[in-house]
Amino acid sequence: MDPSLSRRRFLAQGAGGLSAVWVSAHWPGLLAAATHAHHAAQSAAPPKFEFFTAEEAKEIEAICARIIPSDDTPGAREAGVVFFIDRGLATFGVDDQKTYREGLPELQARVTEMFSGFAKFSALTPEQQDQVLHSFDEPAEPGKAARPAARNLRRRPGAQNFFETLRQHTIVGFLIDPDYGGNRDGAGWKVVGRDREHTFQPPFGYYDKDYPGWESAAKEAEKK
Amino acid sequence: MTVDQPKYKTSDEVDFVIVGSGAAGGILAKELSTNGFRVVVLEQGPYLTEADFTHNEIEIFAQDKLTNHPKLQPTSFRKTPDERAKAQRALMYGRCVGGTSVHFTANFWRFHEIDFIERSKVGPIPGANLVDWPVTYADLEPYYTKVEWEIGVSGLAGSSPFDPPRSKPYPMPPLPVKSSGVLFERAARKLGWHPFPAPMAILSQARPGRSACVQCGYCLGFGCEVGAKSSSLVAAIRVAERTGRCEIRPNSYVHRIETDANGRAVGAVYFDEKRNTHLQKAKAVVVCANGAETPRLLLLSKNKQFPNGLANSSGVVGKNLMFNTYSSVTGVYEHPLNDYKGYCVSRVLHDFYELDHHKVGFYGGGGLDARYEWTPVSFAFGGMPPETLHWGKDFKATLAHNFSRTMEVSTHGTSLPVENNSFSLDPDLKDAWGLPGLCLTYKDHPDDLKLTNWLLERAHEVHEAAGAVKKWSFPAQEQQFGVHLLGTCRMGNDPKTSVINPDHRTHDVKNLFLCDGSSLVTSGRGQPTMTIMALAFRAADRITALAKRGEIGA
Repeated sequence: MDPSLSRRRFLAQGAGGLSAVWVSAHWPGLLAAATHAHHAAQSAAPPKFEFFTAEEAKEIEAICARIIPSDDTPGAREAGVVFFIDRGLATFGVDDQKTYREGLPELQARVTEMFSGFAKFSALTPEQQDQVLHSFDEPAEPGKAARPAARNLRRRPGAQNFFETLRQHTIVGFLIDPDYGGNRDGAGWKVVGRDREHTFQPPFGYYDKDYPGWESAAKEAEKK
Repeated sequence: MTVDQPKYKTSDEVDFVIVGSGAAGGILAKELSTNGFRVVVLEQGPYLTEADFTHNEIEIFAQDKLTNHPKLQPTSFRKTPDERAKAQRALMYGRCVGGTSVHFTANFWRFHEIDFIERSKVGPIPGANLVDWPVTYADLEPYYTKVEWEIGVSGLAGSSPFDPPRSKPYPMPPLPVKSSGVLFERAARKLGWHPFPAPMAILSQARPGRSACVQCGYCLGFGCEVGAKSSSLVAAIRVAERTGRCEIRPNSYVHRIETDANGRAVGAVYFDEKRNTHLQKAKAVVVCANGAETPRLLLLSKNKQFPNGLANSSGVVGKNLMFNTYSSVTGVYEHPLNDYKGYCVSRVLHDFYELDHHKVGFYGGGGLDARYEWTPVSFAFGGMPPETLHWGKDFKATLAHNFSRTMEVSTHGTSLPVENNSFSLDPDLKDAWGLPGLCLTYKDHPDDLKLTNWLLERAHEVHEAAGAVKKWSFPAQEQQFGVHLLGTCRMGNDPKTSVINPDHRTHDVKNLFLCDGSSLVTSGRGQPTMTIMALAFRAADRITALAKRGEIGA
């Protein structure tokens, strides 16, 4: 796996002097997903894909749906993430096209390797799907053996890289401001508890709602 | 862009050409044009305004809409000069009219007295090139006050017992406290420390043409849609334009300062948007291109007369680079803070600004603050507990729970000037215009890392006293990437060891002035922009006095 895509390294760098935002910016390809998916994602008309075939889209959506699953609350599927990614790959995210084109068949090969008789990720049960994706997880500690599920499997760097790219794109498509494509109906924001308003007023949260004001707080502190 | 702007011809010898329109360049443009001079500002980036600023994370983080572009402007990194540099993104700065002040967080701490006289106070430090400034806090105080009143800084005078003396209170009250600020304030008081409302270059009260902060939550990385953030774009450039004497020329990439046979600067050579080359003539050149691009421009301007680069007889151009140290402890709380709402930082403390190096065993000092600077997307990548698997059911559940319940306690501290830490021209890398790219050489002084780890322990104590349910951090690591670009053309009285004199005039070229992060002699404790702006106001006074005495014009 491309070390620049390692979450571990990402966090380590973040701790080494950079805020998360700067590291995000420092991380090539992190958000090279797509914008302009707004209309596609929000359209009620039958979806028309620009980059994916209908069959590919079904597979991509199935993977996205394990990255951010649907449970009591919406997941990647309800947020229309696959449309966001499709539009992105057809517009300025063209650099990632190859990763998808080559990576998806590699991932499907891993499916067959792990579950003989199955050729498609979408045909597996959710539990089996998770097993396939877990086989691409990083080793728990640098230098240690890969996790058991990945043992005895053929190395598939193309699939690994594809999964990591798709993971990033899924998260962006789930959480980006809905005005810029993805995150259909603000589904992702509902999940994380982000209010949809564009501007806010205090009190913002639980701990500032009863704040007595600077002067009173200072006096209270003096009394103690 | 206003209709009032004059359009100077490049062959017109204007009074000043200013290279860069950021924190320093914007202020100098305003001051010099207000003082009656004809000014052209050459900015390499585009001219964007509030209408162009959005919350689009893709544009900001993936497309570098407001910042230098790694593909067009590649850079390299190495730890020490004997290593071979490898290509990697090494720095970030604002690349649009207003520069980095457009997208910064807007923390506006003044430097304290100690920052200017630290060498005298603590003595020499092995491995560091620490010296006193040729100016003191008292010299700069009137200009700090000017910054606060003229561009708009919110805060509460007297709220920190560690504050240096000030001649005037802040022009407007602090912004409303956030939940992170309340938790921080209570915890710090419990620990016997002295938290105070963060001074921010963000309006808490409206000013003509500028709204008070509307608490949208997109400060760091983003331009302000309502003009509340006191960037030089909204707070200085527009005043300069209204004088009718200042032209802002965007998409103008300066790559050489031209000199004549007498060793005087005659103007700035730049590429326009179509990559045609022009020479803008001027009586004097003021370079405010930031702590990386200013030394680069001097080095690119070398000629027979100045074989080491312009204004570099000392050999220190590009050296003594300081990034400041930064780190943070992330904490999760029981109830929603909703800190994604609103500006980033509402409470700060300066109890550790001046540490006794005999007691702690290392040199330096710093501040702590409570902050939240994530957007939803950047939180998912950078704000989650390290052991969380990064996809699937648990990922989603943790994301859903933590997004509104997380805050950081961040540490901000000194970086010691180290001679080897530098920006230089990479012998192999070329930018999209065919010019040598920047090579960063950087290895934190060991004391900087000790300081950061020490401050991190204090940050853990804050979270603990505040009742965090969970908290984590990572040990300080050597930096390989900078956003505070300081010290690379340091100010001093001795032409052998500094690049500019206290008037910001280069020792070597009489009509060449430098003012930006490169001018700083020490790093302060982490929030340099206010000092850069104060220096710019002061430089404008000095340069105006010199010009009026006839000491600049040919």
